[in-house]
Amino acid sequence: MSQATADVPGLAPDDIDRPPARQGERALARRRRGAAYGMLGPGGIYLILFFVVPLIIIVQTSLSSSDLFAGGGRLQFDWNWSNYHTAITGYWEYYLRSIMYAGIATVLCIGLAYPMAYWIAFYGGRWKATLFMLILVPFFVSFVIRTVQWNFILGTNGLLLTPLKSWHILPQDFVVLKTPGAVIAGITYNFMPFAALPLYVALERIDRGLVEAAKDLYSSPSVAFRKVVLPLSYPGIFAAVILTFVPATGDYVNAQVLGGTGTTMIGQIIQTFFLVRHNYAVAAAMSVVLMLGMLVLAILYARALGTEDSTLAAGAGG
Amino acid sequence: MSTVVATPRPTDALEPAPVRRPRKRWTRFILPVFTLGMIFYLAFPVFVMILYSFNVLSTTGESIRQNPQFTCCTVEWWRTMFAVPSLNHAIVTSIEIAILASLFATVLGTFLGLVLGRYSFKGRGLTNFVIFLAIAVPEIVLGSSLLSLFVQVNTQKPGGFSIPLGFVSILLSHIAFSIAFVAITVRARVQGLDMTLENAAQDLFASPRVAFFKVTFPLILPGIVAGFLLAFVLSLDDFVITNFVSGTTLTFPLWVYGAVRLGVPPQVNVWGTVLFLAGVLTAGIQVLRARRSETAIERNEEIEDVGPTHIDISDRALGGTS
Repeated sequence: MSQATADVPGLAPDDIDRPPARQGERALARRRRGAAYGMLGPGGIYLILFFVVPLIIIVQTSLSSSDLFAGGGRLQFDWNWSNYHTAITGYWEYYLRSIMYAGIATVLCIGLAYPMAYWIAFYGGRWKATLFMLILVPFFVSFVIRTVQWNFILGTNGLLLTPLKSWHILPQDFVVLKTPGAVIAGITYNFMPFAALPLYVALERIDRGLVEAAKDLYSSPSVAFRKVVLPLSYPGIFAAVILTFVPATGDYVNAQVLGGTGTTMIGQIIQTFFLVRHNYAVAAAMSVVLMLGMLVLAILYARALGTEDSTLAAGAGG
Repeated sequence: MSTVVATPRPTDALEPAPVRRPRKRWTRFILPVFTLGMIFYLAFPVFVMILYSFNVLSTTGESIRQNPQFTCCTVEWWRTMFAVPSLNHAIVTSIEIAILASLFATVLGTFLGLVLGRYSFKGRGLTNFVIFLAIAVPEIVLGSSLLSLFVQVNTQKPGGFSIPLGFVSILLSHIAFSIAFVAITVRARVQGLDMTLENAAQDLFASPRVAFFKVTFPLILPGIVAGFLLAFVLSLDDFVITNFVSGTTLTFPLWVYGAVRLGVPPQVNVWGTVLFLAGVLTAGIQVLRARRSETAIERNEEIEDVGPTHIDISDRALGGTS
């Protein structure tokens, strides 16, 4: 660098005369730290006010008693743990159902998105970016509109069932809407990009040379896939599971639009308690249970995958 | 193996191992056909939406609802796309909130992303964790937390201050969840940046301010623009959080959701198509611009014949947008 500055014509010598590097760096570091906090300030304060504080308030609300006579909004904080009792004993089946639906949808999402992401990443050639864009483009349409369209498509006299029934492929009383299948299908459809994106990124990053090397060492394509590509895509699968499962468990739009009375998910219950019954204390307890439940499941999953990962890696090495 | 060694084989034994022979079986069509099928499946509701925005409906008047019977074709709904006053109002509200929320979130989130990507300071890990949490927390939890906050503020009125549920509470909530997304987009861009570029500018006697605005800022600008667009789309599309904090105000997704029970009017298909095309167009422009600046860099390389290190830097700097 000093060579470059010396070559610049028309420079006075004292311009090059600078303070010793170490001292300058220290001053710079101090100034930078100040700048860092200054720039962190506005965004950080906003996140504290409208993200951290609400989380604290919802925990506080979940431990309050609501004075129904003074209007549902009046809450008295008194370590009222009975809200949690109500939330868990009264509604555990909705939690379980949500976890089941979200779990099945997550497996379907990854099962469908993986082969697609794999083919595009490995054989897409110069159409790679275009093909992947084609997957994401439908999700430019609003989430609610997409779900409403599926409601319209799958309706009893809708454009999918009517022809299938008139050709006697399906029985006349066949319904899709209001069944668990419809809700799971809706969740699978709507959360597909959350699975496809991390899978594609992970697969795209894999060095093709490694697969070639495996084949040079006489492994069949399927063995090369199992021992090279699949283990290297584990981070993508891990991210896809978390990104699909966590929001899917809390989802209530699919269950509301595509489901019926027997498919109620915990999100619908929370929403009803907040917005219809104005029972904020129990609703807050339900939300906290959902959040903590997701956190615990995510940690357990991370642990389980960690050990599985190492054993599989050891197996691949041996 | 031992038999091969024991008895000398004719030359055809030296041919490549069968596993390396290119696959000629029909199975090689499975994956491409599957992928095309998936693309079709994912796009299917969008096709239906666009198609049914041209559907002829026999009934007329206020109670026009979408009908599965498709009859080609009319531009009636495109002509009368403004005919449902409450829908117009909801769309205007949505767009106003999306513009304001994404602008605020971009400013606040860009600073956060810049700080997290460039500096090491006390509390950096904590800030990263909060941002991760803001993205990972289920929307319903965030929505109910924000509603709890607004309810608490409005019942206790600290200093006579209250936030009525409606436009302002929706805006505040949208900024809150968008900041994290802008921050990680900008942070990724800043981390991919070579700090030596800014140092080089300062070695060439640029003041820190000039070095930042002439070198660093143009390089992270695509990240900021991407963050802004992401925040805009997230705000425009958000249903769950908005539904919690909206009070009686309706945004476009809330309006459509409310109309499902009776069947949505065909104008919803028109508006869905318009917003979809706007999104596709914006994304297309972004991709084209990224590609053009990449080819421009490549051309520069040919003309000026700069060293391989320079190519490496510019490639990495532009990697994020393609």
